[in-house]
Amino acid sequence: MARIFMKGCEAIAEAAVRAGCRFFAGYPITPQNEIPEYMARRLPEVGGVFVQGESEIASVNMLYGASSTGTRSMSSSSSTGISLYSEGIAACASARLPAVYVNVMRGGPALGAIQPAQQDYLQATKASGNGGFRMIVQAPSTVQECVDMVYEAFDLAERDDNPVLILADGVLGTMMEPVELPEMKSDEEVKALKQARRHKSVCGHPAEERVLAEPGSVGTGQEARNIAAAEMYKTWDKDVKVEEFMTDDAELILAAYGISARIAKTAVKALREQGIKAGLIRPVRVSPFPYDAFGSLDFGRVKGILDIEMSIPAQMVWDVEYAVRGRCPIRECLRSGGQLMTKEKVMEEALKLAEEVL
Amino acid sequence: MERDLIVAGFGGQGVMMLGTLLAQATCDSTDKNVTYFPSYGAEMRGGTANCYVAISDEEIGAPVMETVSDLIVFNQPSLDRFLEKLAPGGALFVNTSIADPKIDRDDVNVVEVPVTEMAIEMGNPKVLNIIMLGAFIGYTEVVSKDVVLQEIKNKIGAKKPELLPLNEEAFEKGFAIGSAAKN
Amino acid sequence: MAMEKVYRRTTGIVKDMVSGFCPGCMHGTVHKLIGEVADEMGRANDLIRAEGIGCCGLGQKYVTHDSAICLHGRACAAATGIKRNEPDSLVYTYQGDGDLASIGLGETMLAANRGENFTVIFINNGIYGMTGGQMAPTTLLGMKSTTTPKGRIAEEHGYPIHMSEIIDQLIAPYYIERTTCADPAGVRKTKAAIRKAFEYQAAGKGFTFVEIVTSCPTNWGLDPISALDFIKEKMLPEYPLGVLRDKGAEEV
Repeated sequence: MARIFMKGCEAIAEAAVRAGCRFFAGYPITPQNEIPEYMARRLPEVGGVFVQGESEIASVNMLYGASSTGTRSMSSSSSTGISLYSEGIAACASARLPAVYVNVMRGGPALGAIQPAQQDYLQATKASGNGGFRMIVQAPSTVQECVDMVYEAFDLAERDDNPVLILADGVLGTMMEPVELPEMKSDEEVKALKQARRHKSVCGHPAEERVLAEPGSVGTGQEARNIAAAEMYKTWDKDVKVEEFMTDDAELILAAYGISARIAKTAVKALREQGIKAGLIRPVRVSPFPYDAFGSLDFGRVKGILDIEMSIPAQMVWDVEYAVRGRCPIRECLRSGGQLMTKEKVMEEALKLAEEVL
Repeated sequence: MERDLIVAGFGGQGVMMLGTLLAQATCDSTDKNVTYFPSYGAEMRGGTANCYVAISDEEIGAPVMETVSDLIVFNQPSLDRFLEKLAPGGALFVNTSIADPKIDRDDVNVVEVPVTEMAIEMGNPKVLNIIMLGAFIGYTEVVSKDVVLQEIKNKIGAKKPELLPLNEEAFEKGFAIGSAAKN
Repeated sequence: MAMEKVYRRTTGIVKDMVSGFCPGCMHGTVHKLIGEVADEMGRANDLIRAEGIGCCGLGQKYVTHDSAICLHGRACAAATGIKRNEPDSLVYTYQGDGDLASIGLGETMLAANRGENFTVIFINNGIYGMTGGQMAPTTLLGMKSTTTPKGRIAEEHGYPIHMSEIIDQLIAPYYIERTTCADPAGVRKTKAAIRKAFEYQAAGKGFTFVEIVTSCPTNWGLDPISALDFIKEKMLPEYPLGVLRDKGAEEV
């Protein structure tokens, strides 16, 4: 298949359309504006609907309504905007609606910086809203992965009747890279996908087949709904996705996700050239987190872990520490607030750690 | 082998177009990996513009680098700001029409291209970036000349076919300077 | 001789269900009217409810049509998402004054401004019901609530908000009417207004808005009969009834 040179945000939007997304609502915020702009052009071409919401809150609630009808629907925002999505996404999770949304992360907290960052990890993986729901969170590190992960997200969301988050960042959203686009689902396929959900969609039914999209329960039913959701989360062991690079004989493990992971990977190669046995563990999905990949390391051999994130303070390190449980030192290599991770910075911190533990 | 490039100048000097042309050409006509990362000021107009292009046979890590193998600067502020990012042994392409190529480093190779004057002489000041792209390809041959010429044909030929011959000529003029500087 | 059935319970309300709304509350009446209108239009199976939070949210137990329970204030946004994807359905939001005119003011105004093709049914009783009688943006001056124990004071709390008049400032809305259910004639007019709004929606005319002035005897601290008097003597002078806009009638 031919390679196309695409900007991350536009690739995300096109992948969604190809996956059958026919509704998008969003509110302008840098650095993800190319997603709604692309959708505004593209969706009408395929019989879809684009709405510019009057706010993030309106947009996520449009997403809620659209998802309830069984139409493959998506929204996107960035960091401080995603904070405003919290209640709406919790509603989608509680009502078990297959909404897909994208966070093209920028600096934080709050307005932070318009430049790229990875400062929403804990929000994305642990508490994207109230009530303790969980989601599959995809963390692409290339534009190609943005495409593949968005395309797959709609299937995952519908499989579980649960929202799925694509956790990208401003570098991925802004950069251009060659991609191979997945197949465009035909109008018939898109129609069939919606039709298959009709029995549980808010689209008009006779009284005896009535459908209710409920983000909560009147009365005492909520615990049963919490239990059902928790049972579904338990099926996610199979959904853990992790990339392990040169870890077989590694004495030093770099831990990174998303944009930082691809930078860490080049650092692993450079460290190897200097005779340091480094490896990379990269959560491809940051939720469910690959605890086993860290927990089952041979700590007789592995002497130290370097957690690499564009976030100060570090966030993913909580999950790494939880898995490692004190069995080797964990150090941090961090940038934040719009300052980008670089290979040079990773090398510097990795060499420091090597000196400390090797 | 990864080849990294920063292109920097004023907004309106075609900085981003140079970067995307090169990156797009590499994507379309080679099997190499390539990334392009634009960086603007927050202003919509009149600010400075710079972009990063990486081309490699292997996977590319950071699309934004602290050190690069090549640097193209269209004005003095860009030269002052980015020169420190150029790796020893790297190539510096300077628009000598408005930037001073005398630098206090002797570990890099300087290619002097007076693109602003050349473009005005050619009757269209806008082609300065295409001249510079020609010089860059002539010197580095990071991708072949044909690959870039094809992309110029695709991009400019489709939108403004009447400007295609001028752009091809601009590219060739730059290419000649780049090739000569190599030897 | 077989008797002809001239009045039947609407299919829009669950059979044999007994309402849990407070005595004298008019939610039950309005739900009945919505169901009757849908029945009469032959559209009962196409009806979709985007339900607000508060006492409005109790309606989900009684109505028989598909419903999306919406977050507080966001019914007009959710209804936008629903109607845009189910254009052949008949979508209405059902919202109280706190939901529509306070926390959801933005969603209400912008859906109206886009001319979204659904119907808003706005229940204005001047108070928060379910949460226990706090001040609403529509609370009358001088009216006591649990958060205005000395009564609403203009200098401190501002004035009652007139949603129909505000929406009437926008260009897109197609039909705006304020009615009440305080007497049988008012109930009949309310039903006619809902019918008109639904008909316009079915014809794709755009945003339709029916504000219904109702009572909350429980939180007003009145018995149901006195609450009716309160509507007539206090609420209606502040919220005058009538058609504020009917583009359909203008076009004729």
